[in-house]
Amino acid sequence: MADLRINFAGIQSPNPFWLASAPPTNSGAQIHKAFEAGWGGAVWKTIGAPVLNVSNRYGAWHYGRQRMLAINNVELISDRPLEVNLREIAEVKRAWPDRAVIVSAMVESKPETWREIVERIEDTGADGIELNYGCPHGMSERGMGAAVGQVPEYCEQISRWVMEAATIPVIMKLTPNITNIVLPARAGVAAGVNALSLINTINSIVGVDLDTLELTPSIGGKGGHGGYAGPAVKPIALNMLAALGTDEIVSKSGLPISGMGGIATWQDAAQFLLMGASSLQVCTAVMHYGYRVIEDLCDGLSNWMDEKGFATVADVCGHSLHRVSDFKDFDLSFRAVARIDESKCIKCDLCYVACNDTAHQCIDLVGADGKFVEPRAYDVRSNGKHDATAMRPQPVVREEDCVGCRLCYNICPVDECIHMVELPSGRDKVTWSQLSKEQSNVTEDWETMKAYRKQVGIEIH
Amino acid sequence: MGSALDDTSGALGEQLPPLTPHAAAVEADRCLYCFDAPCTHACPTHIDIPRFIKKIATQNLRGSAETIFASNLLGATCARVCPVQELCEGACVLGSDHKPIAIGRLQRFAMDYAHEHGAYPRVQGAPTGKKIAVIGAGPAGLSCAGELAKLGHGATIFEKRAKPGGLSTFGIISLREPMEIALEEARMIESLGVKIETGVECGKNRSLADLQKEFDCIVLSVGLGRTPRLEIEGEDAIVDGLEFIEESKTNAASLKVGRNVIVIGAGNTAVDCATIAKRLGAERVTMVYRRTDREMTCYEHEYDFARKEGIEFRFLTQPARVVLEGGKLAGLECRRVELGAPDASGRPAPIAVKGSEFVLAADQIVKAVGQQKPSIAALLGLETKRGFIAVDESFLTSVPGVYAIGDCIRAKGAASTVMAVEDGKLAALAINEQLVP
Repeated sequence: MADLRINFAGIQSPNPFWLASAPPTNSGAQIHKAFEAGWGGAVWKTIGAPVLNVSNRYGAWHYGRQRMLAINNVELISDRPLEVNLREIAEVKRAWPDRAVIVSAMVESKPETWREIVERIEDTGADGIELNYGCPHGMSERGMGAAVGQVPEYCEQISRWVMEAATIPVIMKLTPNITNIVLPARAGVAAGVNALSLINTINSIVGVDLDTLELTPSIGGKGGHGGYAGPAVKPIALNMLAALGTDEIVSKSGLPISGMGGIATWQDAAQFLLMGASSLQVCTAVMHYGYRVIEDLCDGLSNWMDEKGFATVADVCGHSLHRVSDFKDFDLSFRAVARIDESKCIKCDLCYVACNDTAHQCIDLVGADGKFVEPRAYDVRSNGKHDATAMRPQPVVREEDCVGCRLCYNICPVDECIHMVELPSGRDKVTWSQLSKEQSNVTEDWETMKAYRKQVGIEIH
Repeated sequence: MGSALDDTSGALGEQLPPLTPHAAAVEADRCLYCFDAPCTHACPTHIDIPRFIKKIATQNLRGSAETIFASNLLGATCARVCPVQELCEGACVLGSDHKPIAIGRLQRFAMDYAHEHGAYPRVQGAPTGKKIAVIGAGPAGLSCAGELAKLGHGATIFEKRAKPGGLSTFGIISLREPMEIALEEARMIESLGVKIETGVECGKNRSLADLQKEFDCIVLSVGLGRTPRLEIEGEDAIVDGLEFIEESKTNAASLKVGRNVIVIGAGNTAVDCATIAKRLGAERVTMVYRRTDREMTCYEHEYDFARKEGIEFRFLTQPARVVLEGGKLAGLECRRVELGAPDASGRPAPIAVKGSEFVLAADQIVKAVGQQKPSIAALLGLETKRGFIAVDESFLTSVPGVYAIGDCIRAKGAASTVMAVEDGKLAALAINEQLVP
């Protein structure tokens, strides 16, 4: 049985799963319930400046039958009075000494207000502080949240004020609404914070109501950008996590990173760990299904770790980071082609239309007699299930022309039907970096490129 | 005699409820949107099924209905009566590992929307001034006239009965298609500019020669005749299956149903007759068929349905004589049958065993053993093929300017509504090419 315990910048937790600072961590009563369900920790919904909230604050993006692939919100930080939050934080921590209780904070950008909030949080006995530099709506209009996170200098300045006051671990949370995520992270390193976390929510407008022509959700006839989170943002979060893990300054600093952004399953969790996160935060999945999702998160992760021979979460952490590379360092001689398993193929022909309309025109429809068949080639008088199934041609990849783009693999609705098969390309291993260094003409001039292709045997139809 | 149930609309009401918008959306989203989809190939009218289903998923119901109408003007009827297990749904790629998409019910959902909102197809072609007479307002005739109207031609349907719709109106059990659906569909065809004159029988009130003078061409969609005679003693006491179904649709409350009913035949119409009898109060309904369940012509799903209804089957049983006692029907004398070498139909020939007579008790006997060949063929001197009107690839009969479509030409394969609709569509295209070269 894998050991799921973590020590994150000195914060202990029985498993790596924390509730992210959000509505699920709004009150002591909720967090009691969450800890009873098995959550390893909770980042208290951001406390600090006084606020007023609005109705219709959550929007969602649905796709097909899947509800809420992403949530969008304009909820502000906690609207409960500061002293109520602080009292409940102290109560929760006393009742759950083995769980991680971290308090997210956001106050006006003044040294004395930050010092005061840090001291009041520390008085509760909380295990750590998360600096909310990410909230993209409302608070940012008042010079807080993303208004700080988007300016590395502000991040560094405020974090320095905090670090002067803090005696417990401080986590700086990053906003993804920035061109280069590495810069605010480096600011955190410079300020001496104890850890980083990412991503906060992404600016978004979720839609327009086609009956009323108002934005969705409509807040008294108006709407605006809100923070976007949930399964749909996972790839964006993973990329930013990897960007920190591969940045020399950030990675050398050794700051642990709490990863979040669309974690809904243990598979997502394992991927964040492999990309360098050492604690994990979850919100949207809990808002969709409740605290009970923690059971499979832990169980699935543990089973997978056992299967893969990982004894501890720390063993998993960053395990795949060395595989993160740039295009220029990819092996250009690597060759894979798509192969369709005809015994599994249901002949929906989605691969055929995708390849022929939008990719590289290398899937053919082959009739029972081995001859190519055009779509809709049947006679208008042919009908019935026997004709339709017996005459239906088989999609077959013309491997010599397949560039291995992987589109068909991605859209095939049948598990394990299309495989990407690695084939020897017959070419020597080479990267774009090497090529541009050793044969710069090839990378700069089309005629030389054409000659190079001919020489090494690359044919593009 | 007499029905135990007064509320026949409940007993014979449409079997499947319409899909709710939610259920339709869930089912539509399940469709993979196959390219060059096998369901479309399997559909005799080649409706672009994934396209109309995706339009249900995007709540573009008007577009969905238009997609169906583009290939099949009688989509509302077909959604209800098509043997989808043998056609579109039988070919669905999800059938092997999962459940095929409920294409029929989704089509009905889109068609219900169209009929409720008047989202009918529009006439596309400019008026051509050409006039076509269509004889018979069944599915083939309505389809053909509607398609001709879409192309800008003037089409008039002459229907001998008081209401249009043919078998959809009178011959398909309400359980599958209520009469109002067929009548509404006919009204939609009229909305395209088609004239429907009921109570006009070609050869009686109007001569073919007159019509030939008045119209540029003539389309026969006359269907088939009544149930053929069994040529057995006491046959006059047997109820005609088609009349039995018709009565159940037009006047169910006064339909006489026995307590112990025998239905002769094992096709889909026979199953319908047996179902009506069972649902309207018969204690025992037995279908009598001279071959076995392997040779019976009803669809497999109809056979399953009949058994679930509690209908009994007597196979290898050939009716020999109606037994009357004191002038009242008392039973059906039958002979045991053995199967011999294949006959002209390709099925094993039934051979009655001499001296094997036995009597099945019954107080009502209904026969549903097919339909008589079209009598109009002889009347008009048309060439025939196995008794059906002979036509060429473009549905032209042996008489120039006279086309024929639907069940009356179905010398090969099983007659069905959707095939009739396709005939009507293809014939309209052929006629259009002929009239507007």
